[in-house]
Amino acid sequence: MSVFFEQAGTWLPQLWGGLMLSLGVTAASLLIGLPLGFFLSLGVMARERVLRYAALAVVEIGRGAPSLVLLQFAYFGLPSTGLVLSSFGASIVALSLSTAAYTSEIIRAGLQSVPAGQREAALATGMTRLDTMRFVIMPQGLRIAIPALLGFAILIFQTTSLCFAIALPELTSRAYEIGTNTFRYLPALTLAGLLYLMVCIPATMLVSWVEARATH
Amino acid sequence: MGEIATQVLLGLPWTLAVTALALLIGVALGMPLMLARSSRWLWLKLLSGSIITLVRSIPPIVWLFVIFFGIGSGYFRISPFTAAVIGLGLISSAYMAEIYRGALLSIHSGQAEGAAALGLHPVRVWIDVIMPQLFRVALPAMATFAIGLLKDSAIASTIGVPELTFQANAQSMATYRGMEVFSFVAAVYIVISLPVAWLSRDLDSRMRAKVSR
Repeated sequence: MSVFFEQAGTWLPQLWGGLMLSLGVTAASLLIGLPLGFFLSLGVMARERVLRYAALAVVEIGRGAPSLVLLQFAYFGLPSTGLVLSSFGASIVALSLSTAAYTSEIIRAGLQSVPAGQREAALATGMTRLDTMRFVIMPQGLRIAIPALLGFAILIFQTTSLCFAIALPELTSRAYEIGTNTFRYLPALTLAGLLYLMVCIPATMLVSWVEARATH
Repeated sequence: MGEIATQVLLGLPWTLAVTALALLIGVALGMPLMLARSSRWLWLKLLSGSIITLVRSIPPIVWLFVIFFGIGSGYFRISPFTAAVIGLGLISSAYMAEIYRGALLSIHSGQAEGAAALGLHPVRVWIDVIMPQLFRVALPAMATFAIGLLKDSAIASTIGVPELTFQANAQSMATYRGMEVFSFVAAVYIVISLPVAWLSRDLDSRMRAKVSR
């Protein structure tokens, strides 16, 4: 056991850097993916048929294909079109698409759960459609969506572990690398697992707290 | 392209096998895990609750690595396929336990009370009254999870299970046509998940009529 702690001490800085990169990719994917998801949800609800089908296609591809395949598509597939991305760039492109597709459904469910009377009343008082959306529907609908969006943020953080497959030096890749160099896979991976727990367990507790508050 | 497609599709049986076996483990082990989670004994409740949280808080790929490289490289060897089935089965069990628990909450307590009042043995109450309704309520969530698991099975490619994504990778490296290969394999996943979604929607609407609420 003491050997484990001794090794853990030497590996920790390296793994910590990986964790920071995982968190960075998560943050960037959410920052790009959430606004995209919002616009996709509007697209899916649009009356314009072409727009609706285009948005639906993006959502179904983003949710239907495994994230691992999206990552590999961005890293190994796009270069043949002339668009060469670094593993960091490819991770952000693929995970933002994933985020946009999944969160668009969460946001749509939130917006649609706002009672129809709210929209009707707003329109009846003479508000424009845009203002109705901005001041009446969005504040209520997004509030409903918050717990589910936070839950998704944890999920996308876990998904960054798949960037291992495109050689992004995030937490899982670094643990694996330590494993291949030292043949001590189990301690290295256990340590990485503990770091994931350190982020996910408090985050999960936060989500259930927000959820409990939202239902009151 | 035709040849690439046939090569990639060689992985289809592996993908389906990993998904089906892991789901089977999850459906079976999720039940006792849920029962422990909603048990009256505090220690059992805490233990199963921690297992579920632990399993769900660590990414699937890390679980597969722990099982395949961590445990499997030491005293006894595990094949990539077995490691993938065990790892994804473990994760499925934790998720299924939560799905069952959600479904159990939606079954009216009068069902169990009524059955107990009729003098049914507690075990029979479970098997004959609660479980049939539980599965019906849980079905849509189970189908959604199964589709998610199908996509998660792509992770098995990282430890060398020759499934769809593994074959796609090999083809992409051999032909340098990553664009076509990965578009094709993405389409295959979407096409497989469609009938599962349709089937569950159809089953759900037929079974929903039989559940007391």
